[in-house]
Amino acid sequence: MFRNTYDSDNTVFSPQGRLHQVEYALEAVKQGSAAVGLRSKTHAILLALKRSFGELASYQQKMYRIDDHVGIAIAGLTSDARVLSNFMRQQAMSSRMLFNRPAPVNRLVGAIADKAQVNTQEYGRRPYGVGLLVIGQDKQGPHLYEFSPSGNSYEYYAMSIGARSQSAKTYLEKHYESFADCTLEELIKHGLHALRETLQQDKELTINNTSLGIIGPGGAHEENVTAEGDFRILEGDVIQVYLDTMTPKETAEGAQAPPPAPAGAPQAGTGDEDVQMAE
Amino acid sequence: MDHFPTNWGRPRNDAFDAYGTYPIHQRAPVKDTFAEGVQHTQQPIVTGTSVLAIQYKDGIMMAADNLASYGSLARFKDVRRLHAVGTSTVIGASGDMSDFQAIQSILDDLVTDEFTHGDGHDLGPAEVHEYLSRVMYARRSKINPLWNSLLVGGFRDGKRFLGYVDLLGTTYSAPSIATGYGAYIAIPLLRAAVDGKQDQLTEENAKKILHECMRVLFYRDARSLDKYQIATVSAAGVTISDQIQIETAWGFAEGIRGYGAQTQ
Repeated sequence: MFRNTYDSDNTVFSPQGRLHQVEYALEAVKQGSAAVGLRSKTHAILLALKRSFGELASYQQKMYRIDDHVGIAIAGLTSDARVLSNFMRQQAMSSRMLFNRPAPVNRLVGAIADKAQVNTQEYGRRPYGVGLLVIGQDKQGPHLYEFSPSGNSYEYYAMSIGARSQSAKTYLEKHYESFADCTLEELIKHGLHALRETLQQDKELTINNTSLGIIGPGGAHEENVTAEGDFRILEGDVIQVYLDTMTPKETAEGAQAPPPAPAGAPQAGTGDEDVQMAE
Repeated sequence: MDHFPTNWGRPRNDAFDAYGTYPIHQRAPVKDTFAEGVQHTQQPIVTGTSVLAIQYKDGIMMAADNLASYGSLARFKDVRRLHAVGTSTVIGASGDMSDFQAIQSILDDLVTDEFTHGDGHDLGPAEVHEYLSRVMYARRSKINPLWNSLLVGGFRDGKRFLGYVDLLGTTYSAPSIATGYGAYIAIPLLRAAVDGKQDQLTEENAKKILHECMRVLFYRDARSLDKYQIATVSAAGVTISDQIQIETAWGFAEGIRGYGAQTQ
């Protein structure tokens, strides 16, 4: 059942110098629904598309609070994400307990990247099947990082991960230079436009399938935000006001029709309808 | 919830192998606490006396003499009891000097670790104070305390900090603090001169106040020395002075019964 000879053990290089299991883990990230992250001078935000496995099921949680100053959005295996978020929470609590200091965001991301790297080098292990977007703030301002199962972590102005994230990335690459000076509301609008690019043609962003995570001072439509601008997750009715600001899709500037689904894409109704399997 | 089955039923230890780096068969065996017998500190041996510290207009100032006593013997007369930690913090120690040296190496390692991250985050006085309180409390909970009273002071991001930690892990903060004998002799003088006026107190006056207190302590504390150092932490960073000599006059002692020549 192996696709090739070097599939069985993730610590064995292929003759081309690749670790196939690690690359398959990166594919697992693309199976998850999309998450988008953006950063301005004052704010860092996350947006994610929540999936429901049917009419009777709830929507799968896509965002987790790590600490007052850090939050994550996930794409891939939720159970792996819980292990990583628990670890990050422990590190964050440990920093507060030992030093009375919020854990520096780059060190939290570095810590889980180190964990992921170990899984690419030791026998009897498997890489994490989840990618994370991490936002946080510290003395140097707001930050956005991407974590991937290969053990890499980078800081970004804007980034997207998950199914069809390339479409969102295209939008972000086109507009990122304007993000730095955006207000929170403008930044969220950009984020929603980017997230919308990952949708199937007949789907819309709604208050049910959209998650919004914010770090930074409270915006015009927010109440009860702490002075420090702690991480908060907005879901449900409170994000209607942001969805209303979106430019309708047909007339959206620069909006393109999503690429046609490849021939081998699963049919609607399989429960995994957003997913494109890589060949 | 710990998701790693290999950790279930074992004592949690975040400090050891937090990343699960080693395969199970290579992990360090569970430590036998009693293998080498039990050795706990019962009392301090070579000791330093009071440390004084005050806040002033531009930061904080700390003073400690250069004596380490062996019981009542003035054993070492050039000991430095003030120690800079990073670029914005200074600690001063009374109590057991070997325990203080252990604390110095712990903190120096910590500062090196922080520096090697190279990400612009470093430890200020408040962080060092919190960390020290955790170390001290952890050790007292093992009934093996580091036998010190420590003062932690510093200046960072426009804010001064002055705090106290002792062998029990007790902490508090105040505009003027003293440890040891100084807590009895110098505190009333410092509170009168400093508390409530720390925003007006100049560096020159702060030095004068500390010098006066060190002089009173040398007169009254039989484990003190007439040579001391002053550490200053302000926006300019940490400076620890050279040895300062205290001038004293003992002529009055002649008239004290049982001290000078016996006349009766």
